[in-house]
Amino acid sequence: MRSGIFAGLLLATVSAATALAQGAPIKLADVAELSGGGATVGNNWKNGIDLAIEEINAKGGVLGRKLEVTHADSQSNPGVARAQVQKALDNEPYVLLGPGYSGSVKVTSPLAAEAGITQIMGGEAAELTQGGNKFLFRTSFGQQSSMPKVAKYINDELKAKSVAIVWVNNDFGKGGRDVISKEFAKYNIKVAADLSTEAGQADFAADVSKIKAAAPDAAFIYLNEEESARILKELKRQAVAVPLVGETTLVGQKVVELAGDAANGARGHVGLTTDAPVDLVKAFREKFVKKYNYVPDHNGLKGYLAIYMVKATTEKMGKVDAKKFADTLHGLTIKAASEPGILMDVTFDEKGDIDRQGFLVEIVEGKQVVKQVLPKLN
Amino acid sequence: MSNLLDLLVAGLATGAIYALVAVGFTLLWQTSQTINFAQGEFVMLPAFLMLAVMHAGAPFWLAIILGILLSLLLLGLGFKLLLVDPMLRHGVLPLAIATMALAIGMKEAVKQFFSAEASPFPSIVPAGDVWVLGRVVSLQSLGVLALAIAVVIGLTALLNRTSIGHQMQATAQNPTVARIIGVPVERMILLTFLINAFLVALASLLITPIYLAKFSSGEVLGQAAFIAAIVGGFNQVRGAIAGGLLIGVVDNLAAAYVSTQYRAAVPLILLIVIILFRPQGLLGRPEERTV
Repeated sequence: MRSGIFAGLLLATVSAATALAQGAPIKLADVAELSGGGATVGNNWKNGIDLAIEEINAKGGVLGRKLEVTHADSQSNPGVARAQVQKALDNEPYVLLGPGYSGSVKVTSPLAAEAGITQIMGGEAAELTQGGNKFLFRTSFGQQSSMPKVAKYINDELKAKSVAIVWVNNDFGKGGRDVISKEFAKYNIKVAADLSTEAGQADFAADVSKIKAAAPDAAFIYLNEEESARILKELKRQAVAVPLVGETTLVGQKVVELAGDAANGARGHVGLTTDAPVDLVKAFREKFVKKYNYVPDHNGLKGYLAIYMVKATTEKMGKVDAKKFADTLHGLTIKAASEPGILMDVTFDEKGDIDRQGFLVEIVEGKQVVKQVLPKLN
Repeated sequence: MSNLLDLLVAGLATGAIYALVAVGFTLLWQTSQTINFAQGEFVMLPAFLMLAVMHAGAPFWLAIILGILLSLLLLGLGFKLLLVDPMLRHGVLPLAIATMALAIGMKEAVKQFFSAEASPFPSIVPAGDVWVLGRVVSLQSLGVLALAIAVVIGLTALLNRTSIGHQMQATAQNPTVARIIGVPVERMILLTFLINAFLVALASLLITPIYLAKFSSGEVLGQAAFIAAIVGGFNQVRGAIAGGLLIGVVDNLAAAYVSTQYRAAVPLILLIVIILFRPQGLLGRPEERTV
């Protein structure tokens, strides 16, 4: 009887170990803005993640193991994001994905670092990767990479001598405003109006009136997607004719959808766009549209790329090792030729920032048109 | 000066929409002592009803008609029969709390069954500009203002110059006496709920192209309209109209000349001042209820 129980236990243990070695899923945790002001960001990010996981699992997974992800809603609130990340870390995920809002990344990244878990996020505030956190990685350019390109464009192409800056009063907006202001100073571009707005703001009539009163040569708009759409509508309503320049959040797909005709003429630098003249990006767009029935913005690309970062890094290590993941990703170059899911060649530096090609786009008749391709630096 | 004109036009256009919502607040309070804290969500929902009809393939004009009819059914008749009537017998406060719960339920339901993301919404006023006093003013701002004013004038005429309006006034002032003199009090109360549903549906139609259709868009509107109703006078329709226009203008001027960060505080400061020095509101009357 006793030997029977022992044999049974042994068999169960061996079976479990075999399952773990061959097919136990690799668990990922995603905390994103699935509701609240950042719902566009979070839902695109989530859908990109799900699409990539579906593809990878259909081809046998990573090192023979399937990927499995849990999604949690931060409600676009840093406090909720922190609680959700803590809960996710308690389940010991292989990698933490998200959030997308810089403010939420700021309050959650110390938790992931303390747990020794790599965090691949969507935030773009410059300061996020400046604090020496070895576990934090971007999926897109930080403001320190993108803003110099925007300022150069405003100076060289638009020949603007004065600019109105409209920014959202959160970590993302303030970070962008601080960096671009320094860049404008380098070109002796005068800041004609410095307008802070609130996250979730619905009425931009007063802000647009101030832009009109300042009579700048151009306006730099750095808000989240929904607010960008609202201010574009108001700018059109008040017949403001100055060139409107921004970053990804001014010229993204969702902004175009929400703002309609009012988005025409807006220009901006985008690190990621589904209109990029890159075959792999076009193929991604087709797959995404087929699955979700809408054109994703850059956040859909970010979520998709985050999963392929996990795949490429894990395959580089040759094993699933959460503790060594960050060390392996630092300094890693992933080439699209060997890992098509990464879409474009990308290099991660020691801070977790990325080097990749970027694009200058303009909205023409409701579509992003790439005007210039900015090559990868290294 | 020119900047001030832009701000006034934009403020009046937004304020006119606040006024529509605030009038609804006032009407419900007058006839049934209902403080509807879901009034903002009542403005949010019709836009989604119209979008749902459009997604089913209907043209915009048909979506407007069906959206308004559905609003009358859900936000007028349904609200009264399913929530107000059962709760009111337990007092004003339980009913007010029930409307708060309703607001949360409506937001979550829209988030669940439609989307947590914002959606674009077409405008009934065509795009374009006109010249007013040497300034370019958008047709949309003027259209919103004109339509809202027309509705308010129509409502005022209904209340003051028609038999139904007089019966509603009587119901508001003293339902017991009104009943004795033959006024169909219950029908008049139901009528105010239907009028409120119509007003919020119209406000939704006007404001959503600007604010976008989003489950949370009623939060700002509900608060603004509530403040407008108190500032203007909770017991007077004309007070709610004045309060709405005032809050719209004050909000815009505060954003322009005080600070964007503190803009939300300025109407609240105005509210405190009014409560301290004129508790019945700018145009309200003490100890009297009338519509």
